[in-house]
Amino acid sequence: MEPILNVKNLTMNFGGLKALDNIDLTVEKGQIAALIGPNGAGKTTFFNCITGIYQPSEGDVEITPPGKPMDRLNGLKTNQVTERGLARTFQNIRLFEGMTVLENVMIGRHCRLKSSILSAMLRPSSQKNEEKQAIADSYKVLEKIGLDQYVNEMAVNLPYGAQRRLEIARALATDPFLLLLDEPAAGMNPQETKELDELIIWLRDNEDLSILLIEHDMKLVMSLSDNIHVVDYGKKIAEGTPDEIKSNPDVIKAYLGDDSDDA
Amino acid sequence: MVTKKEIKQSFFIALWFMVLTFPIMVIKVNTIKHIILFRWENFVWVGVIGFFASLIWNYFLRLKEQKKKSDNGDDIPLVHRLLQNERVRIPFLAAIAVFFLAYPFVFPMYHTSIMISALVYVMLGLGLNIVVGLAGLLDLGYVAFYAVGAYAYALLNLHFGISFWIVLPVSAVLGFICGTLLGYPVLRLRGDYLAIVTLGFGEIIRIILENWDEFSNGPRGIPNVPAPSFFGYQFGQHGSVIYIYFIVIALVLLTIFFVSRLENSKIGRAWIALRDDEIACQAMGIDKFKTKLTAFALGATWASIAGVVFAAKTSFVNPMSFTIWESITILCVVVIGGMGSAIGVIAGALVLILLPEYLRAVSEYRMLVFGALQVIVMVFKPEGLIQSVRKKYKFEKLKD
Repeated sequence: MEPILNVKNLTMNFGGLKALDNIDLTVEKGQIAALIGPNGAGKTTFFNCITGIYQPSEGDVEITPPGKPMDRLNGLKTNQVTERGLARTFQNIRLFEGMTVLENVMIGRHCRLKSSILSAMLRPSSQKNEEKQAIADSYKVLEKIGLDQYVNEMAVNLPYGAQRRLEIARALATDPFLLLLDEPAAGMNPQETKELDELIIWLRDNEDLSILLIEHDMKLVMSLSDNIHVVDYGKKIAEGTPDEIKSNPDVIKAYLGDDSDDA
Repeated sequence: MVTKKEIKQSFFIALWFMVLTFPIMVIKVNTIKHIILFRWENFVWVGVIGFFASLIWNYFLRLKEQKKKSDNGDDIPLVHRLLQNERVRIPFLAAIAVFFLAYPFVFPMYHTSIMISALVYVMLGLGLNIVVGLAGLLDLGYVAFYAVGAYAYALLNLHFGISFWIVLPVSAVLGFICGTLLGYPVLRLRGDYLAIVTLGFGEIIRIILENWDEFSNGPRGIPNVPAPSFFGYQFGQHGSVIYIYFIVIALVLLTIFFVSRLENSKIGRAWIALRDDEIACQAMGIDKFKTKLTAFALGATWASIAGVVFAAKTSFVNPMSFTIWESITILCVVVIGGMGSAIGVIAGALVLILLPEYLRAVSEYRMLVFGALQVIVMVFKPEGLIQSVRKKYKFEKLKD
């Protein structure tokens, strides 16, 4: 099967520090892939490199959206990456606090809207229809994620779990084919985590999405993922199904430390 | 209840004020008789007033804290509630309309003239509100675009005899172009750096106008800028003030109309998103650079239009009208009125421009009282006189 995301030899240097060292990673269509590793392993840096927040020092990021030819993401700006169908959420919640929940999601629709300054001021009927459509689409996304009761609330006033879900809703509104979730369960209680688990699986099955997530909650990762990539100190140390990863000695060493010296 | 601690605190504050104001309130030097007068009674007054003012200040601060706890900051300003109420809205707006329509006929010309200035600031404020309030770009050189408009009218009229009504749209385009040209290199910066660079740009424009004699007639300025004509008819002095008043009213309405539409459009939302979180905004597919540039250029457009009106009203332009203080006043209008809130900015402009005029009653202390009022507003209502309220949408439930 053709991978929809194909990252080859990705390297990111910050001065003398190699945050990412020659990482290869593929995500296939309809897959839930996880990227795990100890704190500071370079997981978020990896996301930032793919989405154009950082420009990688070396390597290629290639995507093949369903039904479209292959495209290279290197050198693109963040917003251009999003336009091509990669949407992400953030490890520390980054909602737009001065806006309502609905407007937050509508921001996600932004890159799919066509109106210009002039049409925004003069409001011809095409603009009105587009705006109506955007509102309806955004509301539909909120319903899917189960946030429709908060529609007109200010985003900051939402409970924590709902804020995390709103980030996902906002990303979904950009019509992505690949969703990048950066620690979606961080700080959630077991009940919220369980709901998130269901939501992610629902999204893959019903929205025709592929998902790459960074997560520390091992229970969640093991139950969700089809494929797991493990990084440590910027290097990829293992890849495989949850069962393979659980029994991989390198992974256990990375997480629990190497105790051969002490013995 | 006033606690012992508060009394003690107020006591020391009063004491501190007594020391602080000692040189200006107590010592008076008579240079003719070469004597120094000590007005000790003032010393006591400062102490007593300082003590009670501090107590009252604390009381209100505590009241504000309690209010914040009880309604978790979700209250809607009175004006918005009036406008949302179907029954009150029409009479409320009608009353405002009648007031502004009757204004120049009821009050003497002097008041009309002041109101024109205030309304010009409403336009400037609404324009800067796009840049600072919505897009979150601190622009301290906003007055430069105001100057562009004013000089565009003065110069185009002087050399080519072009009339007010033609210059008005021309200056709008000119403002947009200038905003884009300046914005292009400058908008890569953010926050404080952007503020400093725009500040510098504002000063450059003023200094050019002051020194490029052949172009702008230097500090002498350009006199005899004609007032706008009414289909070729030129009003007398009194009539022309009233005429300009109504032109400004129309322009303000137009500004409100366009700005409120922009605010609730794709572009307006992108501005606010950019202000709230630049990285998340880009990750949502918004072109940061283009969005900033449109905010900057549109802000400049309104400043430029306001500049034309200003030139027509004063019939004289010189660089002294476009100093850094002008930029700061406009910024105050936006911040005190309420960042991102169009109604707030209108209220801010009216209060900030009209108040100093009517405070002439307490002439010497005018600016002191004015400054104190600004501090009070910022302490007790940091979100501005009338804070912004986002649009609410109604939905039928789709599922069920």
